[in-house]
Amino acid sequence: MSNFRTCSITGLKVHLPAEKLIKINAVTAIVFLLVGGILGLLLVLTRWQAVHILPPEFFYRFLTLHGIAMLVAWIIFWEMAALYLTSAILLNSRLAVPWVGWLQYLLMLVGGGMVAVIILLGGADVMFTSYVPLKAHPLYYLGVILFAVGAILGCVVFFATLVVAKTEGTYSGSLPLVTYGAAAAAIIAIITLSHGAIVFIPTLLWSAGLIPPMDAEVYRLIFWGFGHSSQQINVCTMVAVWYMLGTLTVGSTPVNEKVCRTAFVLYILFINIASEHHILVDPGFSAAHKSWNTSYFMHLAVLASMIHAFSVPAALEVALRKKGYTRGTFEWLKKAPWGNPGFSSLFLSLVGFGFLGGTTGVIFGTEQLNILSHNNLRIPGHFHATVVAGTTLAFMGATYYVLPLIFQREVAFPGLAKIQPYLFGIPIMLFSTFMMVAGGFGVSRRSADMYGSGGFSVEYSPIVDISLSIMGISGVVACLGGAAFCVISVATLIIGKKIVAK
Amino acid sequence: MSITPVPPGWWKMPLHKEEKWWISIALVWCIAITIAMPAWHFVGKQNSSQEYYTISTEDYNTLAEEFMEKYKTGVETAGDWEWDVVTPPPGSDIYLRSMQWKWDPILKLKKGETYRLHLSSIDVLHGLSIHPLNMNFEAVPGWDYVLTITPTQAKEYRIICNEFCGADHHGMIGKIIVE
Ligand code: HEM
Ligand SMILES: [Cu+2]
Ligand SMILES: [Cu+2]
Repeated sequence: MSNFRTCSITGLKVHLPAEKLIKINAVTAIVFLLVGGILGLLLVLTRWQAVHILPPEFFYRFLTLHGIAMLVAWIIFWEMAALYLTSAILLNSRLAVPWVGWLQYLLMLVGGGMVAVIILLGGADVMFTSYVPLKAHPLYYLGVILFAVGAILGCVVFFATLVVAKTEGTYSGSLPLVTYGAAAAAIIAIITLSHGAIVFIPTLLWSAGLIPPMDAEVYRLIFWGFGHSSQQINVCTMVAVWYMLGTLTVGSTPVNEKVCRTAFVLYILFINIASEHHILVDPGFSAAHKSWNTSYFMHLAVLASMIHAFSVPAALEVALRKKGYTRGTFEWLKKAPWGNPGFSSLFLSLVGFGFLGGTTGVIFGTEQLNILSHNNLRIPGHFHATVVAGTTLAFMGATYYVLPLIFQREVAFPGLAKIQPYLFGIPIMLFSTFMMVAGGFGVSRRSADMYGSGGFSVEYSPIVDISLSIMGISGVVACLGGAAFCVISVATLIIGKKIVAK
Repeated sequence: MSITPVPPGWWKMPLHKEEKWWISIALVWCIAITIAMPAWHFVGKQNSSQEYYTISTEDYNTLAEEFMEKYKTGVETAGDWEWDVVTPPPGSDIYLRSMQWKWDPILKLKKGETYRLHLSSIDVLHGLSIHPLNMNFEAVPGWDYVLTITPTQAKEYRIICNEFCGADHHGMIGKIIVE
């Protein structure tokens, strides 16, 4: 049994190979976050039209890399760490096949690295969506495929570990809710990432000159069929992390396991189908087709989010009231541990995702309103609320627990850590909001210069200037918040005080 | 605890009153918006077009060039760019061709008249954003997307490309004149 240590804080049995994989995936995730964040700073300083620092060539190149480094690399590497944590560690089990885990890491690293290098060399100025017939270097598509295959292997290791834990009887009863949520995420991941790997095969062959291009609209349908659905991996993992942070920060217990678990099942069943809101203003599909896809099924997935929107805060309230904060309606909220970065991340992530990200998603995804939102700044405004204020912030909060529990070091700069979630979360919500305001006045997304390049000029409402300035300032502050997170994490690994077993 | 295994029996735990209320309200709301969106498709008048045909980029290009030649009434320049100004008769089929990095031609339309606008691209994807109306449609190579339009305001509109289409994507700005 030399392959295990016992955690001095939680008493959990920690499988060392699993721990190593969690460490390496988490560190790699943070490196990509750092790269993506530096690019984000340059991008926001360009879209803030009064500053406008990048020339178009670099704006498009960096925008492509920012999308990949953040949405793909940071998030999925972190999710791999989460999968190993919620399976092997929480279940007191060994990780099923560590060498497949290493293969996961290697494929994702090589794939992600290849994509990043090709983009920086100028071989793939196509945005992360790489819509055909805009063409990138074949190695770009190959890199994406390797990355996706690696991530699928991570999910396989996760499920194999669940089987091992069950057969070896390392736990009794049903899976913890967090593991259950991670399993839902892993199921969605296997479905969507395999689709992703599959669409990129004909694209790769076309880019290598072997087959004719695929129809542009068919590509868009298939791309978003997995591209949108794969966002639900992030939603599912984020919700699982919310429950985990609730327990770690205030000792909360889900109010009703049946309700929470059913909601996760709704995600698996229904969210995969809402992806046609990306093609609402495209030719090629009838309104009946699009409405069916985007309304009926999507709203059942929205129901799942509404259920979590109740269950997560309800669990926090119950736990805090048990601690004796029972005066009035809101004493529990006032006395909540606001200085604990795990808790403040959880809370801000809940607010940002729920009130800003989720609601705008439902609004912009409506058949008619989409005409007013398609491809303008409303769209990046919406998803910086979901995937940054929501997912990224939740993952940051959880990292503050992974550092002591897995890396066995005390979090460095605790004073900075206390304010970091606010420094990142609040400005990113402002950033998103004012991006959406500017989008409402017709400022398009992915544009290196909204005034054009020497042909016809364009005039905008004066509100646009103000909105973009607020967006710019809050974006820069959010970058400081993101940088603070990276500094704290890296410093913890290097100079954080080692936690020694009692 | 959500991070520890759950003892058997959790499935039988009854829901609290508040939970039942919340889930019921959420479900009713979800059903309401599920009905509202398709219903508005029939009641409202803000739907995107449902008329489209497949067409090869060469054929579309030929049609667009014939159209421009037939109704050309002038030329306009801005910077290094030059456009044909085309004044089609009311009620006709009109073409708006997108290519890297130009909208062709400059259309001159009459207020209150209806036209059938054929939108497509002859190379990569482009996006039609009619400014300042902020109405947005996708221009897809291989597809002739027919938008039936009736301009209601005499004005010079800009058309901005809002789908990334390569190096000078941001410079792809055209014009529709309504008089
Ligand atoms: C403080 C941090 C960040 C800042 C200041 C920032 C800023 C920006 C800006 C200015 C754009 C360009 C919008 C446009 O012109 O269309 C952008 C795009 C994007 N960002 Fe961020 N961002 C940040 C963090 C993140 C994170 C953490 C993620 C993902 C988890 C993310 C994902 C994306 C994606 C997917 C795009 C779209 C790329 C595309 O259109 O192809 N960003 N970001
Ligand atoms: Cu274009
Ligand atoms: Cu463009």
